[in-house]
Amino acid sequence: MIRRLSTYVIRRVLSMILLLVLLSLVVFILFSLLPADPARLTCGKSCTPEIIEANRHRLGLDMPVLAQYWEFVKGIFVGRTYAANSPDPVQCSAPCLGYSFKRGEEVFVLIKDRLPATIWLAFGAFVLWLAAGISLGIYSALRRGRWQDRSVMGVALVGYSLPSFFIGLVAIFFIIIRWQLLPFPSYISPLENPVQFLQTMILPWIILATLYAAFYMRLTRNQMLEVLGDDYIRTARAKGLPERVVIRKHALRAGLTPIVTAAGLDLAGLLGGAIITESIFSLPGIGSLAVNSVNDADLPLIVGITLVAATFIIFANLIVDLLYAVIDPRVRLS
Amino acid sequence: MSLTVVEAPSGAGDPVLGRSLRQIVWARVRRDRVAMTCLVILIGLYLVAILAPAICAVIGVDPYSFDSASISDMGGGPVGPWGGISREHPLGVEWGTGRDIFAQLLFGLRISLLIATSATIITVVIGTVIGIVSGYSGGKTDAVFGRIMDLTLAFPFLLIILALSGVLTQRLTSLGVPEGNPSRITYMILVLSVFGWPYLARIVRGQVFSLREREFVEAAVAMGASKSRILFVEILPNLWAPILVYATLTLPTYIGTEAALSFLGIGVLPPDTSFGAMLASSVSYFSVVPSYLFIPGVLLVTLVVTFNLVGDAVRDALDPRAGRR
Repeated sequence: MIRRLSTYVIRRVLSMILLLVLLSLVVFILFSLLPADPARLTCGKSCTPEIIEANRHRLGLDMPVLAQYWEFVKGIFVGRTYAANSPDPVQCSAPCLGYSFKRGEEVFVLIKDRLPATIWLAFGAFVLWLAAGISLGIYSALRRGRWQDRSVMGVALVGYSLPSFFIGLVAIFFIIIRWQLLPFPSYISPLENPVQFLQTMILPWIILATLYAAFYMRLTRNQMLEVLGDDYIRTARAKGLPERVVIRKHALRAGLTPIVTAAGLDLAGLLGGAIITESIFSLPGIGSLAVNSVNDADLPLIVGITLVAATFIIFANLIVDLLYAVIDPRVRLS
Repeated sequence: MSLTVVEAPSGAGDPVLGRSLRQIVWARVRRDRVAMTCLVILIGLYLVAILAPAICAVIGVDPYSFDSASISDMGGGPVGPWGGISREHPLGVEWGTGRDIFAQLLFGLRISLLIATSATIITVVIGTVIGIVSGYSGGKTDAVFGRIMDLTLAFPFLLIILALSGVLTQRLTSLGVPEGNPSRITYMILVLSVFGWPYLARIVRGQVFSLREREFVEAAVAMGASKSRILFVEILPNLWAPILVYATLTLPTYIGTEAALSFLGIGVLPPDTSFGAMLASSVSYFSVVPSYLFIPGVLLVTLVVTFNLVGDAVRDALDPRAGRR
């Protein structure tokens, strides 16, 4: 069993690495189509074509795409120096995800600085939506067909259909502008000013969580209904187990697998930046950084964010698959 | 589950009726009052979208012409309450231009539905074909398609769509799609499809895995049927249930995604508009004129809820565990 597990893990990790390599290659080639010229961003308004050309050569941007890709990959592990044999070389230490000439900073540092806001947003919403989604889903399943079930599912349907930017704007309109229950959002680290942090995050959390919770309610309800009809649930009840234990230990555990998959992937997706929520509430996270980088045509930054976001998703895929075996004793590793 | 007497089709005295899945599903959906209401609303909305120019002409509004009489000279805000609602402008006028909101809404609906519907059709075609081929062939073909699906699903697609919009829209223009909004709309349709098909392909692939072991496929193989005949004549008709459910539930998400993309600024440009574009332009003014936010927003939510209700009803009707009532 242990040996099977370890070969399984190794195989999954290898295929994950392959996927990462493929993905970064595709991103690289895709973005080399962009007319945005990183060399153009290296000097200000007084640029002459000669300077741009010289910079392009110094930065290696005149190399073929695959050669640039190789430099990029090497940079992640050993760092790299842009324009090494010029008077002012730019050092980018490992892990180097590129250098934003527009902002004059390493892409890795830019992303790292924006990560806390995104992580706070994602995890806060994650906890809220899992708690609400799973508990209401179970509640709904246990009262199948009655009015409680129908109203929960009705709420879920509406929640599921609400576009995040619309309820975000509605929330800002009523809660912040009309009723002035909260100040305008202005992100600050929770260590510096926990009150302002909570005042800023509470709306984005609730709004993100509403959208996701709706989906989890439906998913949990469907899973529970499916599992509750199974024979072993009848067996558990026949054994005289308390209903609470039957629901929690037998039904929920078996029905949890798709919920874990969805939760893992959704969380990973959010860690790559909740573009819309962050933009609406002007949170300084990866999502708003991404929008800015697109508006500035800041190519190295776009590539860096895309890769980081995709890496989160690929990692989550792996972790979710490994969790399966832990959660559901029926899962066979094949 | 109680036994219910089903109405027999005229002329059939036999109590045991052989009914096809299609008939069963349609009978169930027809009995679902909410779903039928929603279906009627949806058909109505499509008609409104198609007939938008005619409706606007009858009411005497149009989405493009400026009306400087309806906005104030100072600052360009609409004259009158609720965004300048008046007899000439049933839902008010746009800030700064005085263009009619009602007409914009109809034309916005048109563009939102056009994008979402076309993208759903393309998604379904790509997803189904790749799912069938992948599931039936197995082996290397399946592995390659599987990797492509993993890859596509791992992309942070909103970011990619944003980042590539400029260059790919230009490329579409250079391929002969008319410049401006036609190119932008085509781009949206294509990217939605490109990032949407793997979900359906996975579902279809899973179904084909079990279908290909069935006797009728074996029989077709034994008779020497070509591969394309087996895939698309023998297997495909058995897949319409999951495909239909997927399509009805995907269309509303595409309406939402299109609105989100327009909101982020890569959708249609003025003078054309869509729900997302209207919401995006409301951001600057909605603290003064809330109707700019609520009119397109409420309509957008209604549209998506209606689609989801129909999708749910179709899915429930197709649920084999519901019993053949």
